[in-house]
Formats: sequence, structure tokens, C-alpha cells
Amino acid sequence: MTEVVVTGVGVVAPNGWGVEEYWAATLAGRSGLGPLTRFDSSGYRAHVAGEVNFTPEDHLPGRLLPQTDHMTRLALVAAAEALADAGADPAVMPDFSAGVVTAASAGGFEFGQKELRALWSKGPAYVSAYQAFAWFYPVNTGQISIRHGMRGPGSALVAEQAGGLDALAKARRHVREGTALMLAGAVDGSLCPWSWLCLTRSGTVSPRRDPRRAFLPFDADASGGVPGEGGALLVLEAPERAAERGQHRHYGRIAGYAATFDPRPGSGRPPGLRRAIDTALADAGLGPSDIDVVFADASGVAEQDRAEAEVLSAVFGPRGVPVTAPKTMTGRLLAGGAPLDVAAALLALRDAVIPPSVHIAQPAHRDLDLVRDRPRPARLTSALVLARGHGGFNSALVLTR
Amino acid sequence: MAEFTLDDLIAVLKEAAGADEGVDLDDILDVPFTDLGYDSLALFNTVNTIERDRGIALPDETVVEATTPRLLLDAVNRGLAKAA
Repeated sequence: MTEVVVTGVGVVAPNGWGVEEYWAATLAGRSGLGPLTRFDSSGYRAHVAGEVNFTPEDHLPGRLLPQTDHMTRLALVAAAEALADAGADPAVMPDFSAGVVTAASAGGFEFGQKELRALWSKGPAYVSAYQAFAWFYPVNTGQISIRHGMRGPGSALVAEQAGGLDALAKARRHVREGTALMLAGAVDGSLCPWSWLCLTRSGTVSPRRDPRRAFLPFDADASGGVPGEGGALLVLEAPERAAERGQHRHYGRIAGYAATFDPRPGSGRPPGLRRAIDTALADAGLGPSDIDVVFADASGVAEQDRAEAEVLSAVFGPRGVPVTAPKTMTGRLLAGGAPLDVAAALLALRDAVIPPSVHIAQPAHRDLDLVRDRPRPARLTSALVLARGHGGFNSALVLTR
Repeated sequence: MAEFTLDDLIAVLKEAAGADEGVDLDDILDVPFTDLGYDSLALFNTVNTIERDRGIALPDETVVEATTPRLLLDAVNRGLAKAA
């Protein structure tokens, strides 16, 4: 089957703007979590977030500003970085030869909130016509496609926090079927009152106010997750097609993937994470002993952390593989979190170093070899990235050098 | 009511639909909106904002028929004269 490699990466994250700034911060253990500043959170159940604040006028054409949600603006920035990193300009490629697959969890939620506020406080004449699409789940795919002339396969996947891996896998399929270049992944997030209410009502968000104590996955003191915004978009190509246009460097291969869905609650059957890992490894033609590092889903909800730790121990053996959660420095970026982990995993393969998890002082699972506080140098040829989405989604992606 | 001028239109365009840095909005009376980077949705938003701010109602065809700033200014000023 056609090999599919990553030739470009674009990142926007709470602890770093652009790939290299994010990676430097992540290796240094610099967290981007802080008090939520977008609105007064005092009436809400949670108060810490991973924000990405920037001046959009400095990075995007003025025509795009009235029609874009904050997370779409971030996605457009990451898309431009990924394509530039790959040395690719889809606008000069043959029509329909480049496409986009993004994942989303809620679309442009903040844009929608703004327009609803205008509708109810001022009246229908104050609602922007751009509400027609700016709130919509596939909006990032559409805006990226239009801006860069990528008229090949275009789609959006919604699987809560697991969808970012599904998007990369779908893009891999398009490349195997002959599309020359795919941009895929997710940049997501929504830190407005309406979405904050929805997120915190799920019961999985930490109520703590101290940014260093709020998000502690795999810690005895875990109290939930911290929402953030950002993510990563990646350029996927067949290596020979990339070479044809002069691009010989790549970060690694998308070697294996699987997605599963949990059985209904009360069925007595185990959750689907194990099956996702086993199937993704089989898809890559690898066994557990071939995997050099795992980027965990790391929900921060104690029960979910335990389930993940037990699966990792069952698949790889007790302390059988280094496990890390650099998302402790960004928060959980909805659909964007898993592609950001994929970016981190590719950079880990490139630099032979495992980025740390931070703030975890009391590891709760003795069978878990958690990389904490400092990066760990290691010979790495393969990585496994895991993502779970609220409601039963599990996805696993295997990367190799 | 005061006449609706090109400067007024440019201000509304920037508010309702934005403006690209590369596009010079001077001397554009007869330049088609599409050449200025404004699609039908941008014009819809622009016409909607003008109607709202000036308290007038323009015919639905305005968005498709007023393909240049001059044509849109004429349509708006006809609407203002009728409302006066």
C-alpha cells in the first residue's frame, strides 16, 4: 500500500505560536495554562484555560475577519504554516489535486454566541450574514480550501476529542487513492460563556483555580481536564509525489490507525480503547514491543485515567513503554488536541527526545512509566498517539520515522 | 436625509465585510465588487447594514443588480429619496 508521510506541520498552541516555539516550550516544560481572561468566570464551575491570544489583523487578510470565528482564524494560521513548511503551494498545483480534512467538536461556537446576542439584544437586522457558515462544523475545511485553492477531497469529522486522529486517517486514505497532497488535523476550541457552560456541565472539567493544580492526569490528585484552544494541521503526501515537487524531507509516516466505539454503558463489555490500539498496531504491521513512546489521551478524570493506564499496562506490560502527556501544558484542545500530540510525536521522533508531562507530583498508577517534568532522551523509531472523545469515541494512530 | 457617499459605502464595506490590505478602495466607483474581493454574501451583509443604519428598505434584487459601487450608491440614494 502507498506509504504516506508528513511533509509539513503547523501549530498554534497555548504554550507556543508556531511549531518551533511550541516545541521549545514543550521541551522546557513551559505551561500555557492560566486563569481564563476572555470573560468573568466567577459564575461558572471552572476558571482555568489554555488560551491562544493574538492580533488577527497581523496574520490574516481583512476580508476574512468579519466572517471567521477565533478558532477558524487560528486554523488558517496553522494551515499556512504547514503548507509553507512543506514547501507546497496548492494554488499552483493541478486543480483537485490537493484537499483538506479537519475535525471539529462544536464549530464556531463563539461566533454563534455573538450573533445570537445581537439578535436578542438589538434585533434581526444586526445579525451577520456570515452566521450562515461561520458557526458550522466544516467551516475550517471550507475556509482553508478557499484560501489555498485546495479543491480536492474536502470534509470534516466530528468525534469530540478523538476526531483529529480520524481526520489524519481519512487524509491518508485520500493520498492512497491518488490525491497528491492533503492538509489534515484540527485546530479547535471555544472559550466563550456559552461553550464554557456546555463544557463544564459535562462534569469532566477541573473546578480548580490554580493553573498548576487544575489538570493532573494520572495523578492521585486528578480533578478533571482543562479546556484549551489550538491544535495542529499536517501536510500528508506519498513520498514519491513529494519528491516530484522537490520536497525530500519528511517528519515520519502515518503507519497505522484504528477507531472504535465503546459499548453502551452497563453492557459489561470493556471499553474500546484496547481494541483501537491492537487494531492500529496490526494496521502498522507492528507489535507492542515496536512502540517506543505513547502520547496518552490523559483526560484528567481519575476513572478515565485508570482505564487508560490499565489498557497500556495490559498491552505493553507494566512500565513497558514510556508514556507522556504534553497536553498538561496546553489543556485539552477539543478536536485539536490529538493532532497537536501527533505533531509533538513527530518532533520527538525527529529530535530523539520524549517531551515531558508537567505538574504531576503524585503518580497514581505504578505500572505507568510516565515521563515527568524533564524531557527524556531516547532512540525513537515509532510512537502511538491515543485520543478519546466524550460519548465513546476511541482513536489510535501509529507514527514511524 | 443626507446623501449616501462613496466614503459612507467604504466604511460600511469595511465593517460588514472587511477589506483586504492589497485592495485600494480609492477611485473604485466603476470597479465591479467581485474585482474588489466582495462576493454575494459580502454584498448581502453590506446592503443589510445600510438598510438598518439608514432605516430604508431596498428591493431584494439590489444585491445582484448593484454590481459596482456606483450602482449601489444610486440604489441607496433612490431608496433615501423615496423614504424622505
